[in-house]
Amino acid sequence: MIEAEGLGRTFKVRRAVVHAVRDLSFTVGAGEFVGCLGPNGAGKSTTIKMLTGILAPSSGRIRVAGLDPSRRRKALARRIGVVFGQRTTLWWDLPLRDSFELIRLLYKVDRARFAERLDEMCDVLDLGAFLRTPVRQLSLGQRMRGDLAAALLHDPDVLVLDEPTIGLDVVSKAGVREFLLRTNATRGTTVLLTTHDLGDIEKLCRRVLLIDHGRLAFDGSVAGLRALVPDETSIEDVVARLYVSSTPAGSPRTRPRPPADGLPSGTA
Amino acid sequence: MVRAYLLLAWTWLRASAQYPASLALLTAGSFVINGLDVAAIWVIFTHTSTLAGFTLPEVMFLYGTAGLSFALADLLFGNVDRLSQHIRTGTFDTMLIRPVSPFVQMAADRFGVHRLGRCAQAVAVLAISLAQLAVPGGRAWLIPVMIVCGTVIFAAVFALGGALQFLLTDAPEVANAFTYGGAQLTQYPLSVYGEQLVRGVTFILPLAFVNWQPALYVLDRDDPLGLPGWLRFASPVAALALSGVAALAWRAGLRRYRSTGH
Repeated sequence: MIEAEGLGRTFKVRRAVVHAVRDLSFTVGAGEFVGCLGPNGAGKSTTIKMLTGILAPSSGRIRVAGLDPSRRRKALARRIGVVFGQRTTLWWDLPLRDSFELIRLLYKVDRARFAERLDEMCDVLDLGAFLRTPVRQLSLGQRMRGDLAAALLHDPDVLVLDEPTIGLDVVSKAGVREFLLRTNATRGTTVLLTTHDLGDIEKLCRRVLLIDHGRLAFDGSVAGLRALVPDETSIEDVVARLYVSSTPAGSPRTRPRPPADGLPSGTA
Repeated sequence: MVRAYLLLAWTWLRASAQYPASLALLTAGSFVINGLDVAAIWVIFTHTSTLAGFTLPEVMFLYGTAGLSFALADLLFGNVDRLSQHIRTGTFDTMLIRPVSPFVQMAADRFGVHRLGRCAQAVAVLAISLAQLAVPGGRAWLIPVMIVCGTVIFAAVFALGGALQFLLTDAPEVANAFTYGGAQLTQYPLSVYGEQLVRGVTFILPLAFVNWQPALYVLDRDDPLGLPGWLRFASPVAALALSGVAALAWRAGLRRYRSTGH
């Protein structure tokens, strides 16, 4: 469903060339649930932006649902759903219901199927109470549920989420997680998410990609990730050890960074 | 594309209808501010009877046609000049994940009837000038053509300005120099400007085809610069050529888009 091969993206920052992502290769099969971990600035968001067609890659090849994202952006939009935890994709001043209706029209979703989908979403995500509220007046938890529904109304094959649980309280977080699991299980939707919340990884993801310095540092199961640092028990500590060991000792994490290969690579 | 534009524009209209007072004030404000432009022309004519050989009704004709073309382009596509704002706040990313051209989404974003104030004022000026000019029907046919072509030319200038903002995210004003600057420039007979500038806006950024060249035909005037007569009818060619260039520039800009953060 997702194929990346030798994927790279560079940015020019005041004449210096920064490699945000370099030589990244992985594939995600249909129906998989994959979590993407990595310290801030590791290249997770850049990767997501290349997968969704927002950014054109500088090198390498990507296919999502068989399409080259940045060249077939509009065709891809019908096949994928995208959620950004940090910002809404909904229309700020419109009531949630109107945003959904606009999405129906823009994606040309059949009216009957849309009604059925919306009913289901309202049910599972409990949207009914704030369907007529403008998006700007929603709480973060409500907004995120609205965003999730909006991303899935056109029944995409792939759902890509960039930090979907950021800032959510424990109850909202649990609701979002349950919804994602359910969507993946019942619809067979392929899910790829980035997160800093290791609970997301433990509770949701059968597979973890660890990205660091723009490279793939680990690709495997959560158990495999734990096995990398056998003397730590909690997943937080395991990941903290992995992040720290990849940073030159004592230096603050700034960009651009020298390449450091402190992480074991490609164990899966 | 048209369907998506109408859908989005309608949605924004409904959203703006939530604040009817603000809508009315914006529309009236835009009418008054643009009215001051006309007052400036009138002030000039209280000191002189002609401007570069053009009478007051003739200058008002130039003003009205350029003004209407610009107002229509601004109404339909003017919001594209807010691209850098959308890039900086990250909202442009969300336009890229929709199955609709980001150009259409930008153009329709925050569509509002308050921009009609500018149109109304230009139409009023044009109507007054035409009443005094009595243009014969054999020449008047070019007036709607020039307004349509002018609208396309200004729309292309807006798109070019937008494309420029992919590179100059921190300096959207550079693009305004061409959009609003172009609108100001074409309000007066081009012969008041230096010859090099007139050649520049004829052959490089073809603003002369918004109103100046076709107006010379409508008003039955010789070109003060002595440029060939067929140029009077070249507005559609200029409009198409500039649109093509603008489309290419927009695409190139989009390929270079780098989003925010990493």
